[in-house]
Amino acid sequence: MSVPLLETRDLKKYFKVADGELHAVDGVNITIEQGKTLGVVGESGCGKSTLGRAILRLIEPSGGDVLFEGKSIIGLGKKEMREMRKKMQIIFQDPYSSINPRMSVAEIIAEYMIVNKVYPTKQEIWNQTARLMDTVGLASRLAGAYPHELDGGRRQRIGIARALSLGPKFIVCDEPVSALDVSIQAQILNLLMDLQDEFGLTYMFITHDLSVVRHISSEIAVMYLGQCVERAPTDQLFENPQHPYTQALLAAIPEPDVEMRNKEIKVIRGEVTSPVNPKPGCRFAARCEYATEACSGADPALRDLGGGHFCACTLEHVKAAQS
Amino acid sequence: MATEKMQKHETQTAITMKKQSQLKEIWRRYKKNRLAMIGLISMLVLIVLVLAADLIEPYEVCITMNLREKLLPPSAEHLFGTDGYGRDILARCLHGGRVSLFIGFTCSIVSMFFGAIFGMIAGYYGDPLDNIIMRIMDVLSAIPNILLALAIVAALGSSIFNLIMALTISHIPGFARVVRSSVLGITGQEYIEAARAGGTGDARILRKHILPNALGPLIVQTTMSVSSMILAAASMSFLGLGVNPPQPEWGSIISEAREFLRTNPTMILFPGICIILASLSMNLIGDGLRDALDPRLKS
Repeated sequence: MSVPLLETRDLKKYFKVADGELHAVDGVNITIEQGKTLGVVGESGCGKSTLGRAILRLIEPSGGDVLFEGKSIIGLGKKEMREMRKKMQIIFQDPYSSINPRMSVAEIIAEYMIVNKVYPTKQEIWNQTARLMDTVGLASRLAGAYPHELDGGRRQRIGIARALSLGPKFIVCDEPVSALDVSIQAQILNLLMDLQDEFGLTYMFITHDLSVVRHISSEIAVMYLGQCVERAPTDQLFENPQHPYTQALLAAIPEPDVEMRNKEIKVIRGEVTSPVNPKPGCRFAARCEYATEACSGADPALRDLGGGHFCACTLEHVKAAQS
Repeated sequence: MATEKMQKHETQTAITMKKQSQLKEIWRRYKKNRLAMIGLISMLVLIVLVLAADLIEPYEVCITMNLREKLLPPSAEHLFGTDGYGRDILARCLHGGRVSLFIGFTCSIVSMFFGAIFGMIAGYYGDPLDNIIMRIMDVLSAIPNILLALAIVAALGSSIFNLIMALTISHIPGFARVVRSSVLGITGQEYIEAARAGGTGDARILRKHILPNALGPLIVQTTMSVSSMILAAASMSFLGLGVNPPQPEWGSIISEAREFLRTNPTMILFPGICIILASLSMNLIGDGLRDALDPRLKS
């Protein structure tokens, strides 16, 4: 197998808080193949965004390794990292706070190119800016407009054009559509998929919207409290979820079926346990209906179930059902 | 190639046009505020009068003593009357205004400059720099402004330069605090993170992304401080620690008029009106600017 474009090895990010260490990302192993899209799902506060930022070293990871094209980027110096940033970019969640309100559309898109001096003349930068605006579907008359004059969808297009401006291979999409209207969500998702085909991009698509993730991803990683609990190709995950948390998550998708009215939705009981100084063992055990003693004591390892399906669960419930 | 050129041309003209129209927009909002316009006009009139002081009355008039004409009430010849040495108070007010307004504007701009630098560094880099800078600012602001300025002038001797330095130092903490708090808010925004993701260095982030967004409150604070600087300079001169006699300054004119307060109250009236007019105008301008610079109050 060829070297994956991006790989994380036991990536960790701990934040110091008043009463200990908050394990935002706790030993995540993911791999993304060139040209594919990895969807990362999980509820609020499970460390999805922190994972994305740690991979780009916007937040310095506390431990573990990030390999880009087989090479570690953790030890890189400022200059090397700057070169690296041209290859890996990010699209932010909130199109209102992710662009500078005092800069015009063209200035925002041109900023990375000016900073990295990728073109020798101003003229070429403006030309490229015009081309990028065309690529993401922004009318050229908007070049001199300021962000507050534009709607969320157009602002998000600015963010996408900016992320594309240095010709990256890999883009972290941090909930790029969750702040938009549903009709505009579809536009932006289609744009992202078109761009993927056109430029051969690789995405890590962070979201909490399961219908969005199914639409766009080729593989999905489910996160719970800073850990990756299950990872599988999209269809496999939706048809045959193994981890009790994934099962509950998928069961919570509303189905447009009249019959469903009378059925009660299976809801996970309890609350998310605290991410501060977590005890070893399955993080989900406290809420899991299948939990046995085997679930506490040590973190369950990510097991290979075959066919690219990985699950971090003791799978006691499966064994019980089989016997 | 030809179309590319055209495109570039279009893009650039579009950008400059927009920049102008943003300024225009601010001016349009400012114009709507009648009080702010009154402040601006009266400030401009004051500045013109003060700059044209030599044309109205030569400098000699306001320092030459003429004891035969001392303590005259306002008349056609001496519009504001004369002081205890027979000097024309109108001339003294005009030439004194030069000093007062110069001190007011210079101190404000210089302390804005240093305050902005300290505030940006403290707000952007965070601890430990933040802690060090802000504790020094705390120490400075724990001493009353006038007292601190008095101490500095007393130590270095009274001259206009020392006065400006003293007032500037005592006003830096206010600016630093205003800038720091807005920088703290801006640094948390995603567009700063976006800039870092594109490899933008700290210097450029501060200059291109943080400063423009922190400018609004800073400009307002600066205009507001001009009036307090004029007042502070007047108080210092009143206490005899400002400019050296016989050079006039609004505060020192009042100070000299003090002994004639019972017999010739008009003497204290005119420089007093000048001070009130100048600081009132600056306050009105500051208020108007604050509203005009806030795009949320668009109307």
